[in-house]
Amino acid sequence: MTATAQRVLRQIRRDPRTIALLIGVPVGLLTLLRYVFDSQVTTFEHIGAPMCGLFPFTLMFLITSIAMLRERTSGTLERLMSLPISKASLLGGYAIAFGVLAAVQAAIVCTVGFAWLGLNAAHGAWLVGLLAVGNALLGMALGLFASAFARTEFQAVQFMPAIVFPQLLLCGLFVPRSAMAGPLQVVADAFPLTYAFDALSRATHPGPLGRTFALDVVVVIGSTLAALALGAATLRRRTP
Amino acid sequence: MTATIHIEHLHVVRGGRTVIEDLSLDVSPGRVTGLLGPSGCGKSTLMRAIVGVQVVAAGRVEVLGRAAGEPSLRHDVGYLTQSPSVYTDLTVTENLQYFAAVTGAPPGSVDEVLAQVALQDAAGQVVGSLSGGQRTRASLATTLVNRPTVLVLDEPTVGLDPILRADLWQSFHELTDAGATLLVSSHSMEEAAECDDLLLMREGAILSATTPDELRERTGEHDLSRAFLAVVRGAGA
Repeated sequence: MTATAQRVLRQIRRDPRTIALLIGVPVGLLTLLRYVFDSQVTTFEHIGAPMCGLFPFTLMFLITSIAMLRERTSGTLERLMSLPISKASLLGGYAIAFGVLAAVQAAIVCTVGFAWLGLNAAHGAWLVGLLAVGNALLGMALGLFASAFARTEFQAVQFMPAIVFPQLLLCGLFVPRSAMAGPLQVVADAFPLTYAFDALSRATHPGPLGRTFALDVVVVIGSTLAALALGAATLRRRTP
Repeated sequence: MTATIHIEHLHVVRGGRTVIEDLSLDVSPGRVTGLLGPSGCGKSTLMRAIVGVQVVAAGRVEVLGRAAGEPSLRHDVGYLTQSPSVYTDLTVTENLQYFAAVTGAPPGSVDEVLAQVALQDAAGQVVGSLSGGQRTRASLATTLVNRPTVLVLDEPTVGLDPILRADLWQSFHELTDAGATLLVSSHSMEEAAECDDLLLMREGAILSATTPDELRERTGEHDLSRAFLAVVRGAGA
């Protein structure tokens, strides 16, 4: 498992531009948002704080779906499937590597957001960072599963707007869920990102975290494991 | 002596088309067996079935007396895919280290195998920056790193210059001297002379299981390419 994690991290290290984008894009967007809402600081605080924990979800979804697609199309996955490596250790290796990457990304984004841009995390920026890593793993697991349905990288990048955007729109980040049309609220309840956002929102707002927070975390972890299991099922030792 | 690879009545369907139909063969232990035939005749599919990564419609494929694809075989069978399957954004050494770790190869095997494929000078280079022939050798090195006893090599010598090709055939025979069994595919009959045994394949079937000398004798052709043609025409008649 550590061999795969090390290999994936080495591949990413070979690509400094990707690393720069992984760190630079969320920091840049958050800063942009701060000045877009220059005259509505409360709106920035409401959106910006949970956003720190949602960036890793989006980016890891995209990176994993492309990385896994590359393994499938380059023949390396077929090679690995003929070797004594278990699917669990392959996926676990990816999870460790992207978890490390997400932790670095979350640490930097949270530092910028909470220390410099004036965001508040009532229960501590570290909690937001921790939730961010969990969300990154959820994104990774969903990306892994989605990659099985893409034949080309063109298709894989389209899964980002198809799978991630609806969840972002409905999770309550931009408009409270209670203000949405009734059927949309039902749909939102079925999306894992809704619970990820709810946990982040509770972590950044004052007041006790409560049992709902615990439930949110359980749902996010459960969805991650379910998506990983589905993703593992798409890794076939034998292919037609 | 029992065959290292034993296939009975294999049927494989890919994309709705029957690629291999009622194919049976045996590969003897400790020999280099050449699988020769034109492009698209089903060589790669047959090799995938032997390695256990191909969905098979019917038939029996056994390697070392076990069903192909059985988990315990993953330590014993090495597979070189036709297009190099290495990570192009890693160096040759990093690729080897990864495949060594995955297969549980002993330390020191990375340096040994680098020498075997004559890639020491390119060891620190990223695979993406290598020439086609070097990439093939890097891929081959990752296959050899854990010293599997059965090697299934899909066109390992394509795109290599004649000197390197001769060196590789030399090292294939060294592997069999050390007890390994090799199945090597090629679409070029020039390579046939290098093999101990020959399997001539065409349109998803084995036309003939023979040896280079036997083939020359039977067809009366010294040139193996002409001999292959004679066999094809004989089968068609």
